[in-house]
Amino acid sequence: MSIPDVTEKWTSAVNTVVLGATAEEGGTRTSTVTIGGAATLPFLAFEGSVGQRPAIAIEIWDSGADTWPDQFRQAYGEAMASPGQWAQKAVECGADMICLRLMGAHPDSGDHSADQCVETVKEVLSAVGVPLIIWGCGIDEKDNEILPAVSAAARGENCLIGTAREKNYRTVVAVCLADKHKLIAESPLDINIAKQVNILCSDAGFPLEDVVIFPTTAALGYGIEYVYSIQERGRLAGLSGDNLLTQPIICDVGFEAWRAKEAKAPPFACVNEETRDQWGVMWEAATAVVLLQAGAELLVLRHPQALDFANKTIDRLISATKQ
Amino acid sequence: MYVIGERINGMFQDVKQAIQEKNAQVIQNLAKRQLAAGSTALDVNVGPAVSDAEGAMLWLVETIRAVTDAPLAIDTAKWEIMKSVAPQVPGDLILNSSKADVEIVSEYVGLAVENGGGLIGLTIDVDGVPGSVDKRVELGAQIITVAMEGSLPMDKLFIDPIILPVNVSPKTPSHCMSAISQLKAFADPAPHMLLGLSNVSQRCNNRSLINRSYLAMAMAHGLDSAILDPLDTELMDVAITGDLLMEKMIYCDSYLEAARQG
Repeated sequence: MSIPDVTEKWTSAVNTVVLGATAEEGGTRTSTVTIGGAATLPFLAFEGSVGQRPAIAIEIWDSGADTWPDQFRQAYGEAMASPGQWAQKAVECGADMICLRLMGAHPDSGDHSADQCVETVKEVLSAVGVPLIIWGCGIDEKDNEILPAVSAAARGENCLIGTAREKNYRTVVAVCLADKHKLIAESPLDINIAKQVNILCSDAGFPLEDVVIFPTTAALGYGIEYVYSIQERGRLAGLSGDNLLTQPIICDVGFEAWRAKEAKAPPFACVNEETRDQWGVMWEAATAVVLLQAGAELLVLRHPQALDFANKTIDRLISATKQ
Repeated sequence: MYVIGERINGMFQDVKQAIQEKNAQVIQNLAKRQLAAGSTALDVNVGPAVSDAEGAMLWLVETIRAVTDAPLAIDTAKWEIMKSVAPQVPGDLILNSSKADVEIVSEYVGLAVENGGGLIGLTIDVDGVPGSVDKRVELGAQIITVAMEGSLPMDKLFIDPIILPVNVSPKTPSHCMSAISQLKAFADPAPHMLLGLSNVSQRCNNRSLINRSYLAMAMAHGLDSAILDPLDTELMDVAITGDLLMEKMIYCDSYLEAARQG
């Protein structure tokens, strides 16, 4: 008796999205990053193409990172005070991209003007050659003020800019369209809204092929199972032909993992002075590894050791798929 | 829902006339409108009153192929015509249709496999349309078995349990639904289950309402394919919403608009 064929046959594939533009393509980046393309669930090469290697961006802030735990000062040192130097250091640590979060624009955390944000973006663009993710401060009114300015300043660089949300998408969609950037479409851990935001962006004229979705991330111990389910459910629908869910996924891992008390002040009996500092990195890396297996194409991490760990895991899973 | 658009059929006056006059535009418009309305495939039937049925079928196929690559369901009861036309259809095709008698369906399965096409198998045999659920299931199972033996993949097989007009055959709608449920469980993966939907409301009032009510009910029993009028927007909206309720798609506030756009 022959062994039954249990491979799933999918009718569709994850969109391939290129981020960054070199001089030839009208930008000034020295490298680009391509994500997506998988025609099956993560790393299941026996079923179909696993697509591009997942990419890793390191998150930097323009202001307010002095509240981050000490492990980051040990890793990046004084560079954290300057977005350009911090970005350079992150690239030296192996970042494929830089994720610049404009926290300084937040009304409670500096309230930087659009002009100040533009200066920061220019500083980072000239400091490093990797593609850029530009993430707003999360306050709709302020983001609608700063994102048009930073988008125009980075025109032609093919950045990934976010986020578009159900209640606030028109401005960011319009500027990404005008300045030829890719777009992050955000939804609050809700598959229906993930789909709806994509429809809204599409109806507003934005090509669905240029969207990266952010279905919201949660850290290990803080609802990661929901994130996993939502990502997996969306991916299954996308692979089955729902073109409103074939967008690659970005996961905001560092931001979430380092909010966990287990990362900052691990409340376990086994923690000692020697291992205390490792918990944050471990929490971040574990969150990343879980989400890679739920289909994450682009991870935003913070700590260089978490990046190393995630990259080693990707190496292992990718090489396993080649056997 | 795998929708096969029914409008290119010589039973309709506009199509009959277009065939007589070789008016390609009428046919091509119907093809394009049905696809824009959400059809996956198009049924092609020359109708009863044509002297050169094969010639007319080939003209229809060529005319439609000039505007679309969508699968064409070659709809004829005559084996000789099917055998001659099938190899001459460029691109995807579905043979519509074979009866369930083993010697007949074997020939059709062979022809479908040779031409890389699909097949619609009717649960009808030498004794006619079954009067019971059991006979429908038995004939459906027979078609599935022959298809498996002939290496026709299940996703290319459509089983049609034969719906009759509700005014003359009131038990048939529920018989068909029971047969669909049972046949769906017969093979894994299951074949498509199909109905010639408009037949349920032949010579009835409220045809569109009967069609869409029955479509929803049959989908709940596992119907995943139908030959129907895709230009009936309310009917197509039921098909889309049925897919939603059967978890074939994910809800969002604009699901209907999104699905209508394809």
